[in-house]
Amino acid sequence: MRNNNVLGIVFSNMYDEVLPGLTAVRPMGSVPFAGRYRLIDFTLSNFVNSGISKVGIITRNNYQSLMDHIGSGKSWDLSRKNEGLYFLPPFTMSDELYAGRIASLIDIRPFFRNAREEYVILSDCHVAGNIDINNIIKEHISSGADITVACRHGFAPPLKDNLIMWMNAENRIIDIVLGQHPAGECDYGVGLYLMRKDLMVGMLEAAASRNQMNFDRDILLRHLGDVNIHGYRLPEHTSVISSLGSYFKANMALLNTNVLESLFDPQRPIYTKVRDAAPALYGLHASVSNSLVADGCFIEGRVHNSILFRDVRIARDAVVENSIVMQGSVICERTSLNYSVLDKDVVVKAGRVLSGAEDYPLFINKGTVV
Amino acid sequence: MFRKQECVAMLLAGGQGSRLYALTRNLAKPAVPYGGKYRIIDFPLSNCINSGIETVGVLTQYQPLVLNDYIGSGQPWDLDRMEAGVHVLPPYQRSRGGDWYKGTANAIYQNIAFIERYDPEYVLVLSGDHIYKMDYSKMIEEHKRNKADCTIAVIEVEMSEASRFGILNTKPDGMIYEFDEKPARPKSNLASMGIYVFSWDKLRHYLNQDEENPQSQNDFGRDVLPAMLNKGERMFSYRFSGYWKDVGTIDSLWEANMDLLNPKIPLDLSETDWKIYSRNPGLPPHYLGATAEVQNSMICEGSKIHGKVDFSVLFSGVTVSQGAEVRDSILMPGAKILPGARVNYAIVAENAVIGTDAVVGSRPEESPNLDEWGIAVIAAGINVGSGSVVPSKSMVESDI
Repeated sequence: MRNNNVLGIVFSNMYDEVLPGLTAVRPMGSVPFAGRYRLIDFTLSNFVNSGISKVGIITRNNYQSLMDHIGSGKSWDLSRKNEGLYFLPPFTMSDELYAGRIASLIDIRPFFRNAREEYVILSDCHVAGNIDINNIIKEHISSGADITVACRHGFAPPLKDNLIMWMNAENRIIDIVLGQHPAGECDYGVGLYLMRKDLMVGMLEAAASRNQMNFDRDILLRHLGDVNIHGYRLPEHTSVISSLGSYFKANMALLNTNVLESLFDPQRPIYTKVRDAAPALYGLHASVSNSLVADGCFIEGRVHNSILFRDVRIARDAVVENSIVMQGSVICERTSLNYSVLDKDVVVKAGRVLSGAEDYPLFINKGTVV
Repeated sequence: MFRKQECVAMLLAGGQGSRLYALTRNLAKPAVPYGGKYRIIDFPLSNCINSGIETVGVLTQYQPLVLNDYIGSGQPWDLDRMEAGVHVLPPYQRSRGGDWYKGTANAIYQNIAFIERYDPEYVLVLSGDHIYKMDYSKMIEEHKRNKADCTIAVIEVEMSEASRFGILNTKPDGMIYEFDEKPARPKSNLASMGIYVFSWDKLRHYLNQDEENPQSQNDFGRDVLPAMLNKGERMFSYRFSGYWKDVGTIDSLWEANMDLLNPKIPLDLSETDWKIYSRNPGLPPHYLGATAEVQNSMICEGSKIHGKVDFSVLFSGVTVSQGAEVRDSILMPGAKILPGARVNYAIVAENAVIGTDAVVGSRPEESPNLDEWGIAVIAAGINVGSGSVVPSKSMVESDI
């Protein structure tokens, strides 16, 4: 079967500012998630599982960890002779790095010109979900839409530039508000757009020539009348990461096996870089319940309602509850963690007590010794 | 034209592993799962790449499908190379008929052309039967220092056990003067590990000679090595110390897995400077439910545990349901233990299902006659019906 006719573009840096601690050392795309993944794994796997075989990753800054993670794209089967994965770092002489989505897309016009694909899908990396993009493509074609904007229904996240939209019975978007919507539940965009490549390039050039650089405002809102823009509601269990609180909640949701199984559907696997850690080992005094534990962990203490990334050590008599502990962190004897998010390689020394709150988890920076 | 390689490794992976019975019904012994996320062959392959040996021929014969798929391009071991890398070498048809590999030496003989294109100085012959971490480059160094024609890796075993092994008798400088295959009265406790370094010119000569000898069984240990010794070639032992375990029987496979749970056993898979690589199934982290009780165990990605697990090694994608109990056992990838089932001292192979309230194996302390007690084995894909009882030491190869 021939792959489909869609070119994938990933924005790895969008919304970096909403997770200041986690994105201080990495772009949104390489924020760790679910014990062994990075957020970009979900976007890339969704693309690949839907038959998209040419993917460009737009980066802006801090992209070293992302390049390290992605490598040749082999883990996503994107290391191909033809097509495959393309890194698209800033190609500009100016100091002003990518003022917005339009500027960065204008920058990679040659990439679009050389691609044979008819359609383009644009995706941000702040969404963790197992999304069948073929359904969006089918819907896009059958509805006759020019642009399809994926959305979630619910309370809009606390982002300053939400795309809040109203659709008619045919899912055509009839009105858009950019920002916050005070009236409760609504349909809000998740940074996933599908359209014909030619249409997109044309609209981008028209906007850029007028110095209009905001995709949602200057492409979608401005053309609501003359372009057929549709919304597509994504299924449940698609988490939008818009703050440390929502990051925490989206991880913790995976401790519900139904959510876990829908995100990690064996028919639509989520791929990631393989690190060859040994299996997890549980010691004589280990007591672990309702938790996700990655390979390479060595657990001798108590762990409850938590997510442990690879190579985490939990010493004897340590208690870890309602927490996320990232790769390589060490929790020493008699410590207690509650509602905490520990970035990579944190050491919590013996006897320390760390606690945040359910709606305000405590965040410990990468490499900190507590 | 291939670039010259100093050393080419030849991994003998054609063995059936008949003493693993049901576990090797559909796969070659080197493909038998071990240690939660590995297969036996991961150890020699990882040792090769970690020792800087980048050209490996894998000689397959018996049930090669799983092994071929598993090795693939060699990418998990960083052995997907332009010229070097891993090559699977099955027996093949020639213009004047084809031959199965008649013996270990014949397997190398039939692949002389493969070795020759790299024009190597040395050939390292390995087997896929053991769990160990070894730096082959040190052995090759010693081979060079001794100006040896053949170097055989040896490990000290208990004198009382020595009669189970192929024993090498050596002079103080390590030069071998006698082979003693399973001696009734061993003169030394240096057991051959089945790891050989040959100077290629010498080995080629003896392989050709061995092939011309109609009496020969074309086996390294039986024919080629004694022939070399008789001709007075320089043969040396290379002493290895560290963990080395044969996993050729049900008991030893079970023990080698359990060794991973024992902190006193010097086999550390988490060492970062000598990693053991494996093909990764790409599953999410394992999940321990609210009712899970897991101690002294090894658990891998994609598993879902709601029951009790103690002193066990669980591979990826295993399910242990609520109310089920698994002790002193090995659950291979995809095994499912349904509610209320009890599994003791057992090996449950890939994708086997232990039904509700079924009982598999028993504990030695509950056994009236220890001579009749042993590890129970459930073969791959077998369904043990709900409420069934599988006694210890039994081998289940069809649904019950």
